[in-house]
Amino acid sequence: MASVEVLEAKASITRSKTRKGKLWKYRSLIILALPGILLMFINNYLPMFGIFLAFKDLNYTDGIWASKWVGLNNFKFLFASNDAWVIIRHTIFYNVAFLIINTILAILLAILLNEVKNKFMSKFFQSTVILPNFISMVIVGYLVYGFLNPDLGFVNKFIMEPMGWEPVNWYAAPEHWPYILTIVNTWKNVGYAAVVYLAAIIGIDQEYYEAAVIDGASRWKQMTKITIPLIAPVIIILTLLAIGRIFNADFGLFYQATMASGMLKSTTDVIDTYVYNALMVTGDTGLASSAGLLQSVVGFVLILSVNLIVRKFSKENALF
Amino acid sequence: MSTNKRTNPLIIAVLSLFSLACLIPFWLVLTVSIADEKEVLKHGYSFWPQKFSFVAYQYLMQDAEKILRAYGVSIFVTVVGVVVSLFVTSAMAFAMSRQDFPLRGALSFYILITMLFSGGLLPWYLVYTRFLHVQDTLLALIIPGLIGGFNVIIMRTFFTTSIPPSLIDSAQIDGASEYRTYFSIILPLSLPVMATIGLFITVSYWNDWFTSLVFIQNEKLFSLQYLLNKTLMNASFLQSIANKAYSSTAQVTQPLESIRMAMAMIAIGPLVLVFPFLQKYFVKGLTVGAVKG
Repeated sequence: MASVEVLEAKASITRSKTRKGKLWKYRSLIILALPGILLMFINNYLPMFGIFLAFKDLNYTDGIWASKWVGLNNFKFLFASNDAWVIIRHTIFYNVAFLIINTILAILLAILLNEVKNKFMSKFFQSTVILPNFISMVIVGYLVYGFLNPDLGFVNKFIMEPMGWEPVNWYAAPEHWPYILTIVNTWKNVGYAAVVYLAAIIGIDQEYYEAAVIDGASRWKQMTKITIPLIAPVIIILTLLAIGRIFNADFGLFYQATMASGMLKSTTDVIDTYVYNALMVTGDTGLASSAGLLQSVVGFVLILSVNLIVRKFSKENALF
Repeated sequence: MSTNKRTNPLIIAVLSLFSLACLIPFWLVLTVSIADEKEVLKHGYSFWPQKFSFVAYQYLMQDAEKILRAYGVSIFVTVVGVVVSLFVTSAMAFAMSRQDFPLRGALSFYILITMLFSGGLLPWYLVYTRFLHVQDTLLALIIPGLIGGFNVIIMRTFFTTSIPPSLIDSAQIDGASEYRTYFSIILPLSLPVMATIGLFITVSYWNDWFTSLVFIQNEKLFSLQYLLNKTLMNASFLQSIANKAYSSTAQVTQPLESIRMAMAMIAIGPLVLVFPFLQKYFVKGLTVGAVKG
């Protein structure tokens, strides 16, 4: 009897040692993870397999599989039209501008927020500056329209007119939009970044400041010699991550704030709006898939390189 | 920074200006929505209207069906999406948080890939329209937001750092299955992280208009955000809302401008009212996400 039990126990040990047996032992955990795995497969992996579409002349009557292979033709079209360079330039230009302005303003705002001693006031300021981050881009579109409506908007009626300037038909005047979009983006995102930096500042050991005050360091000195150096890792990480996403524009911003006005394209068309337009408006799937693949590949390379750099700075902050 | 208890008034002034800049666009939309239409047409959108009128809201009340329906769609999609998403995310995170689970590494890699590479809009669109065939259904609004690699990782980190493995071990020695452990031990203990991530998922479902823009044609399935988007960008859509209401009121002119902004207010209002109560969790979530990023 006893030997049978021992044998059985041995058998179960060897079974669980083999990979299959081991997985069987953990079947409940696998079942728990399964819905997530499946959803990711549908939402993320299936589209990845779809990148081959960039090398096909997709037409819906033949179906996805029967559509003709066209090699690099889609890419040739994309670059021949000069569109590619324009949208890439716009995407990078806007993202760099947003990154610089948001980082500087957010750090400044965080330092100021940290100076507020009154609990209630501090809460109030924090709430109001992140409120814009809480609302949808559609609402942002309304807010922008309130200011820029060409006939009735606040800017034309209460700024341009009283100053004796010509009213501007904003939604048909592309030259102003680099500034407008930068302002809107700052308005929407700077509070969020500031709160992140504020969390880093709050984490700084107070003793540094106490020692500095004893040594007679001014506020300015405290800021430049203690606060900023100590939150530098956070600044660097956030900046590098933003650089990793520099090829991805905020579609909502460029679509809603401009009210998708075609007349603004010469300064506001970015990769994401271009792909959207090619797919949903003009139905040019070749351009949509090739520009999309370009964006994915460059984005992938960028984020890998950025991760390498982050690892050099601090391993624990690297993504992987 | 200093031991001095009083805040520098200059700092208060600068921060007040910042706050004002954040709030003032909302004020403009509010005043236009309650301003007298004739005055709006004559003087433009003003921060201080001279004459008030709630006729725009009356208009929208006359034809509240569209807005109520859109609210219904948004609430349904958000509630279902958040509940399902929290279950799916936490279950996956729970499995991955177990030190002895042989697939942890593989799953981490599986998630990482989704965060690094995307197939792009066109293949993604085709998966939902040609493969799942969910276009013009509420599923198209729910499925895409159900899982995010980032949320899984944040939850997994929470489970590994805040729930002692000995707790799980002792439960299982007492005969609890993995499911039982997950439902009766993990879920009750992880309310803080559930609240934080749940709020983020709520906001992203509630604010979503992109999936509607891409997948939804049927007017009956318009979410609140998408209805607003249509009203703003499509003058004839706004007109159609006004016309329908117009036929049942005695107004001579249609206050289109005020109606437009009143629609925005109806959508913003409830959100701004709950925001102060959720703000704490929202801030917490922002910083958690950034630290893990």
